[in-house]
Amino acid sequence: MFNREKNEEHGLDQGEDGVDRRGFLQCMAWAGTGAFFLMQGGVLKSYSLSKLPMLERPSAGQLSFVQISDSHMGFNKAANPDVVGTLKIAVDKINALGPAPEFMLHTGDITHLSKPEEFDTVDQILKGAQAKDVFFVPGEHDVLDDDGKQYLERYGKGAKGGGWYSFDKKGVHFIGLVNVLNLKAGGLGTLGPEQLAWLRDDVSHLKGSTPIVVFAHIPLWSVYPQWGWGTEDSAQALSLLKKFGSVTVLNGHIHQTMQKVEGSVTFHTAASTAFPQPAPGAADSPGPLKVPPDQLKSILGITDVNFVRGKHALGIVDSTLA
Amino acid sequence: MKRILPIGLVVVAALNIVWTVAAQSKPADIKIDNFTFGPQELKVAAGATVTWANRDDIPHTVVSTDKAFKSKVLDTDEQYSFTFTAPGTYTYFCSIHPKMTGKVVVVQ
Repeated sequence: MFNREKNEEHGLDQGEDGVDRRGFLQCMAWAGTGAFFLMQGGVLKSYSLSKLPMLERPSAGQLSFVQISDSHMGFNKAANPDVVGTLKIAVDKINALGPAPEFMLHTGDITHLSKPEEFDTVDQILKGAQAKDVFFVPGEHDVLDDDGKQYLERYGKGAKGGGWYSFDKKGVHFIGLVNVLNLKAGGLGTLGPEQLAWLRDDVSHLKGSTPIVVFAHIPLWSVYPQWGWGTEDSAQALSLLKKFGSVTVLNGHIHQTMQKVEGSVTFHTAASTAFPQPAPGAADSPGPLKVPPDQLKSILGITDVNFVRGKHALGIVDSTLA
Repeated sequence: MKRILPIGLVVVAALNIVWTVAAQSKPADIKIDNFTFGPQELKVAAGATVTWANRDDIPHTVVSTDKAFKSKVLDTDEQYSFTFTAPGTYTYFCSIHPKMTGKVVVVQ
């Protein structure tokens, strides 16, 4: 359902193998999984699943990783009484990817109520993933009651301020941003001047040809401000990244996959591994969306990301849990 | 005249106590549901205790915009109470979902 909306939004027409949009969507329905987009030289193209073997996951030297999000450990209401189970299925899906992704990004709302046992359970479950390294950013559910003190103790080693940091993997520069602290009444997500100043410094020495991946919990573009689905000062952050030829922004928070391309910036949000939320404006409020139990796993999911060096190309594959 | 005055004073004092107790014991409840504080604006007398109850299926908080009060996170069916002693207008919001805002107006 969400993928169909997304495809229509982007007006995908004929792929390179002559499969038209309807044929592409039929392929998707048959496969029962998510979307495959390839961005090359700043242009987003769609590929039918029959092309997938040709575009198989890169060999050593290339870079592949997985994004998961919004595990909400501790949530136990009707929309999903078993968030432990669905997170474990997500880990199984990650382990079924071959070759193994090098690491995982978790784009926040690791826990539901910031409880120590909730953090512990997620750590325990993620230990079972073949990608041993996990890089986190907090969601608003991870910084309750203590302004993120516990989150920082667990995941903030080497991070600055509220937990922002960067690292490099195979020539790609990753930047973890925190936009869930010091939220103001009536406002959206916020990065703040201290973090923006750090970001400016962090990328100042990098060449424009360095691929950049930014990850943060709340979307860094205006998905639906009425529901708080946006970040007040994201435009400032993105202007600091103007010189780069390939910028990928990975977010969570909205519990559905959504993608947007603006010049050399590709924005992507991941599904939750816990529960879905309604499409923008499709309900009174962005609360947990109850679906028939047999449909739940087909609306939760993970995201597989692959970099193909030298072509500014990256593949983002969303797959559902069933 | 001399007898009426003390009785009059006693009656006025009694009425005063009854009036104050009545104002304080008027139910001052705010229900949190569907990402909304209901009622969004509540008027109470100084000394009243307001209780917020979360009936939503997602946690929320109650945080005053000028640090007058701040609840811990409230999961479904949890409550938070605050006694407003000073008159004034108190705007507040949910720090998890900052688009959720409300107001308590406290009168003498």
